[in-house]
Amino acid sequence: MTSNNDAFLSVRDLIVEYTSEGRVIHAVNGVSFELERGKTLGLVGETGAGKTSTAKAIMRILPDPPAKIRSGEIVLDGQDLLKIDEKEMRKIRGRKVSMIFQDPMTALNPIMKIGEQISEVIKMHNDITWREANQQAAKMLEKVGIPSDRFNEYPHQFSGGMKQRVVIAIALACSPELLIADEPTTALDVTIQAQVLDMINKLKKDFNTSMIMISHNLGVVAEVCDDIAVIYAGEIIEYGGKEAIFDHPTHPYTLGLFGAVPHLYDDVDRLSPIPGLPPDPTNLPAGCHFSPRCPHGQELCRIEKKGLVEIQPGHFSRCTRFADQGR
Amino acid sequence: MGRYILRRLLWMIPVILGVTILIFTIMYLIPGDPAKMMLGADSTPEQVEAKRQELGLNDSYFVRLGKYVGAIVLHFDFGESWVYHTPVTTELIRRFPRTLTIAFICILLQIFVGTPLGIIAAVNHNGLGDRISQFISIFGVSLPNFWVALMLVLFFSVRLGWLPPYGIGGIQYYILPCIALSFPGIATQARQTRSSMLEVIRSDYIVTARAKGMSENRVIFRHALPNALLPVVTIIGNGIGMLLAGAVVIESIFSIPGIGMYLVGGINARDYAVVQSSVIFLAIVFTFVMLLVDLVYALIDPRIKAQFAGKKRRKNYA
Amino acid sequence: MLNATAPESSPPKIKKQGEFIVVARRLSKNPMAVISFFVTVFLVLIAIFAPLIAPYPYDKQDLMHTRAAPSAQHLFGTDELGRDVFSRVIWGSRFSLSIGILAVLLGTVVGLFLGAIAGYFGGLADDIIMRIMDVLQSIPGILLAITISVVLGPGFFNTLLALSIGGIAMGCRLTRASILNIRTQEYLEAATSINASTPRIIIRHVLPNSFSPLLVSSTMSIGNVIMAAAMLSFIGLGIQPPTPEWGSMIAGGRNLIRTSPWMVTFPGIFIMLTVLALNLFGDGLRDALDPKLKK
Repeated sequence: MTSNNDAFLSVRDLIVEYTSEGRVIHAVNGVSFELERGKTLGLVGETGAGKTSTAKAIMRILPDPPAKIRSGEIVLDGQDLLKIDEKEMRKIRGRKVSMIFQDPMTALNPIMKIGEQISEVIKMHNDITWREANQQAAKMLEKVGIPSDRFNEYPHQFSGGMKQRVVIAIALACSPELLIADEPTTALDVTIQAQVLDMINKLKKDFNTSMIMISHNLGVVAEVCDDIAVIYAGEIIEYGGKEAIFDHPTHPYTLGLFGAVPHLYDDVDRLSPIPGLPPDPTNLPAGCHFSPRCPHGQELCRIEKKGLVEIQPGHFSRCTRFADQGR
Repeated sequence: MGRYILRRLLWMIPVILGVTILIFTIMYLIPGDPAKMMLGADSTPEQVEAKRQELGLNDSYFVRLGKYVGAIVLHFDFGESWVYHTPVTTELIRRFPRTLTIAFICILLQIFVGTPLGIIAAVNHNGLGDRISQFISIFGVSLPNFWVALMLVLFFSVRLGWLPPYGIGGIQYYILPCIALSFPGIATQARQTRSSMLEVIRSDYIVTARAKGMSENRVIFRHALPNALLPVVTIIGNGIGMLLAGAVVIESIFSIPGIGMYLVGGINARDYAVVQSSVIFLAIVFTFVMLLVDLVYALIDPRIKAQFAGKKRRKNYA
Repeated sequence: MLNATAPESSPPKIKKQGEFIVVARRLSKNPMAVISFFVTVFLVLIAIFAPLIAPYPYDKQDLMHTRAAPSAQHLFGTDELGRDVFSRVIWGSRFSLSIGILAVLLGTVVGLFLGAIAGYFGGLADDIIMRIMDVLQSIPGILLAITISVVLGPGFFNTLLALSIGGIAMGCRLTRASILNIRTQEYLEAATSINASTPRIIIRHVLPNSFSPLLVSSTMSIGNVIMAAAMLSFIGLGIQPPTPEWGSMIAGGRNLIRTSPWMVTFPGIFIMLTVLALNLFGDGLRDALDPKLKK
């Protein structure tokens, strides 16, 4: 992959393992991608593919034990996050990089006022008084559409959608340069999803934030992202611009993903999901991870490890079988 | 909030009544003739009959029950000692502060020694400190408190002569009894705190807190601990119950004139009025303590407190 | 064309055999649990073979050698009537262990029965039973045991009865909760025609469900009961001499603690060992049965 030294975030060959009861789970197996300032990268994949592990690795909030970052580079704005010490990392968390979590119902401290949960992160990264932090937090609440006189209320007094807005407020309170959104709308119902996405988009534009959007929902990804990386079994198997991926997918898995979504005007009798299950992360196949499920797989696929090949400028895939379709 | 308190108080009444009736009924079924037992084998039938009249033993069950409960409810009168003919109530009130003091000290020990032990164990999950703490916890509830008390007396009074083996007076008299009595409480507290902390530390909001760039100390003390300690509050209530029960034996070992010793004295003297009333009194105290604990819990958990906030409630927007 | 890999899921078998082996294996990995298991077995064996192990009958008095310090003839010394403390402690294990196990068994069975009635019939029966449980649990366990003991008097069976009452509430609540659990599930399965909920179905579903928590709580309760029995004996109820109960032995040695501390020390050590072993084992059992570890 051509390395772009102007990239704001550059992840290279990231390997994350979980050790549990003597068995090693290979969650992330050599993931590499880049993100430019102000752009949004979509990380798409099934549950358990390694998306959240990658995200948490970037913020270094993986539960240790059992997780460990085995190797790799995560260069943010010229600084390798994996090489700095914890004290330095803390200055970055919440300020330069922040995260929106998947489940708003459990992401907030149930016995702490929501306003305080916002002002906490502000006070932590700025040398101001609590009063000033509270004031800023109140403004943040307004920005996400919550009346600031609800500052002193507790999470259980809010609906799911509003809780998620509080989470967003916390994430954006210090104007981070990189925002990682881990399935921010999955736990919400469809009408709220649209509102929350709109808000994220707007705030992103206001602050010129770079974003990594993790989702297994292709619709969400289409709305928000500039580039897309498809993850399967801890590897990126296809990577490119939004149009390239959506219009000319080449990897059988990506094809399967799109095939699984019924088109609005098609007369579909049955949904066609991808048959089979993701591989056992403690015992991954030697060659292509997708080969056991691949309808077009050949013997060579099972044995030979496939690297990312640039099919088109900026469009990479691990499977070249359908590379022609990429044109 | 007031309504919640009122509701809980009202709920207590049938329970206290039930407890009183239960204990009374059990004691009522004592075989043999109490009057005869008290007067001795060589008493005449007339003496026995006179005694029975005196103690009101010839009345029917319901009459006796009614009189007993009525006396308690209306006059807070627990009756008279069968042996000494002194009012039980005065004794109970006189002795209660001593029992309460010991229980109170033990609860303080439980909270301030047990909780840190539990936190240390949780933070060092599966480490050496954790395993040691776990073992101590189980060890603590496996020691019979009266035996521990005697062992302590053996070492610190008999062999070393540092502390007095019985009696009351200055603070040194409370040291051994409270240590002996608080062992299981400290152990249980450590254990519950540890498991509560372990659960909380795995929560999502702790990850959120870390993602804010918080120091580990702040994460633990400002976010994890308050959430973890909430359910532990109810354990303290239960602990007081165990303490009250344990006080029975400890007081007799250390000759501390509290309700426990009174109860044991009553057992030995076959003074069933004393036994009955002491047990009921302790049970009532226990029920009140549980009520207090529930109230404290409701006060400190904002989720429950908000339910009863009298102010206008906001509607949730979608 | 390659075949897609077959899904790995196996149908959930509630086969007791298989589960038992899994639990046993997990237990064997826990050193504390293994040690405490063997200690418990050791103590049970002592209790069973007491007549063979004890050098003297437990009530044999030797008034020439009262309050003798531990020696070759009397490993734990003698008490105020010249009885061999070692023999009495060994024999005492019989009484303590049997009271512990029987009281818990009795209490759990009665509790199970009541809980089943409360859960199955619901309504008034449920209300009444639960109110009674509330009242029972409002009295600290020892106090209740004391009260009943006072009424019944000392003795093995009386103490057994007194101590079993405390265990009823736990068994009742657990069983009732399990049944209520099953009942809601059954309404969901109405479509699949599990029609009238016959008692047989409940027994077949309830027992596996509530088995684990009941087993753990029962094991821990045995230790508590043994301690309570000792406490009762200590204050003059429970089991009294000449029957060798550890608690009453301690009581007997209480005033002689300056001169003959062995009378108090050894019985207490045995109480501690027994309860500790049972609690450690119960703890290990709970960890082994914990569904969270089943991942």
